[in-house]
Amino acid sequence: METVLTTHFADDGYRRIDTYRSFGGYDALRKSLSMTPEAIIDEVKKANLRGRGGAGFPAGVKWGFLPKDLSRPRVLVINADEGEPGTFKDRVIMSRGPHLLIEGIAIAAFALRVHISYIYIRGEFVREARILDEAVAEAYAAGFLGKNILGSGFDLDLTVHRGAGAYICGEETSLINSLEGKRGWPRLKPPFPASVGAFGLPTIVNNVETLADVPWIVTNGGEKFAAIGVEKNGGTRLIGVSGAVNRPGVYELPAGTNLKEIIYTHAGGIRDGKALKAVIPGGSSTPVLRPDEIDVSYDIESMAKIGTMAGSGGVIVIPEGTCMVRALSTLMNFYSHESCGQCTPCREGTGWLKKIVGRIEAGKGRAGDVELILDVCDNMMGRTICPLADAAAMPAQSFIWKFREEFDRHIGEQKCPYGNRF
Amino acid sequence: MSVIFSDTAKAEFDRLLTRYPDKEAVILPSLHLAQREFGFVSDEAIVYIAGLLGVSPAQIEGVATFYTMYNRKPVGKYHVQVCRNIACSLLGAEHLIEHVAGRLGVLPGGTTRDGKFTLSQVECLGSCGTAPVMQINDDYYENLTEASIDAILEKLR
Ligand SMILES: Cc1cc2nc3c(=O)[nH]c(=O)nc-3n(C[C@H](O)[C@H](O)[C@H](O)COP(=O)(O)O)c2cc1C
Ligand code: SF4
Ligand code: FES
Repeated sequence: METVLTTHFADDGYRRIDTYRSFGGYDALRKSLSMTPEAIIDEVKKANLRGRGGAGFPAGVKWGFLPKDLSRPRVLVINADEGEPGTFKDRVIMSRGPHLLIEGIAIAAFALRVHISYIYIRGEFVREARILDEAVAEAYAAGFLGKNILGSGFDLDLTVHRGAGAYICGEETSLINSLEGKRGWPRLKPPFPASVGAFGLPTIVNNVETLADVPWIVTNGGEKFAAIGVEKNGGTRLIGVSGAVNRPGVYELPAGTNLKEIIYTHAGGIRDGKALKAVIPGGSSTPVLRPDEIDVSYDIESMAKIGTMAGSGGVIVIPEGTCMVRALSTLMNFYSHESCGQCTPCREGTGWLKKIVGRIEAGKGRAGDVELILDVCDNMMGRTICPLADAAAMPAQSFIWKFREEFDRHIGEQKCPYGNRF
Repeated sequence: MSVIFSDTAKAEFDRLLTRYPDKEAVILPSLHLAQREFGFVSDEAIVYIAGLLGVSPAQIEGVATFYTMYNRKPVGKYHVQVCRNIACSLLGAEHLIEHVAGRLGVLPGGTTRDGKFTLSQVECLGSCGTAPVMQINDDYYENLTEASIDAILEKLR
């Protein structure tokens, strides 16, 4: 199978620039500098490269949103916040192949005529931030960053900027506010970051994996990348499988690999010989699936067809014997804790979901609580500044739609049949 | 305790100023520096940073309190942060948190009497594939078991 990112990740030296270059690293940057920015963007469009941060927006199309006017500087921000529970793939790129990311950033910046860029990395990733800092210093020293890159006349500055522990800062406008030194409050759109972003300048925000794919696309051509995946969803994906599987970890697989195969073949099946109970397929905010629904192509379009998302590529596997009310309660605690509090439907809604699901789990559920949860969700969906409210409501709705009997049983028996444990 | 950056920290701070088009953008990095230098983000540290950046202490305070990583109160020498989000919970995190609490003799949120350990429960650390996970200061500890936790804590004791 063709791998785009992880080919040399087992090699510990790969994070150093010499080893990276010995495998052809930075040749794609050299090639890019002899291309026109438009030609690079065209390849990325042909590649069907969809954003890997969660929403899956086509990268080439997003890049086209920058204004034509070049009188104001532009900014490229790399989203390395990796906060969606179940997601742990960008960390692998940053720690094992930091130059892949830096090269992708340099190529994208050249294509976008950007001279200022920041990697916004979640604050807890201290070790990864250090690895990136070292790699950035190596790239500057080798002339791949800084002034007059490889004699092309193109300049680019790249700075690693650490967040400080706030999930909401993964949302792009919140991330921009945080980068500017403010609280991480999402902004109302429009204006979109492409016209008014970081420091008031036109800004593109892309996920780590999205940009790390770019060198391969430039080297091998967009069509070849597109051919690895499926229609409208090109390339490979780093899929993180966690929870009750025999071999949890990050797997690089073609977009459109069968989800059942991901869990049973690649991740080794369910731990302790147990049966599968449920799968959260693309990070904690994506609607849950029942075992009979996982025989599906893991790509953006196919997942949408069955009412869920491939999201950020984080597959969470839930085994038989798990209390689904408790699992949902854990998620609702999280979203209520992480709501920034700006919008009433989100601040109040996530608080209510936490409270109601919590009391059902505690054996104090009331008749009508399940309907109340669905009602609260209806009042959250699509009514807020950013999608965090939806990110909380989607799991709540789907857990009830698909595991309704467990909620009813908790309320009927006035206790948790699983003894209030995972 | 006087809050003044050491020469190394001051040099780092000055370098940071050159990396952004705007002084305010240095607020988060400065708070990280302050926490590293002084152990936690005290009121004095906030006033100090505000002075360096020419903004109001209230502005820095508003930012510092928004983010969970800035400790506004002193924490133990070792800040033990155990993940309790879903992937970790599926593999026994709840039980491990109780285990750590028992070992240290403090409840989550508490600090041991000798000031050595503070225990916290945190949300997903972005390392779900090696669950259960905890972070102690800058380092991650993964694939935790009761035995591995005992060994880790013993080393730090
Ligand atoms: C609440 C919330 C959290 C998010 N967290 C992340 C994150 O941690 N990393 C990320 O890349 N994108 C995250 N996103 C998506 C970003 O807003 C944005 O769509 C993405 O960074 C764009 O990059 P891409 O087009 O390359 O995927 C989050 C979105 C929301 C609403
Ligand atoms: S939806 Fe929630 S997180 Fe997003 S801006 Fe509104 S209150 Fe903040
Ligand atoms: S759920 Fe614990 S690290 Fe992600």
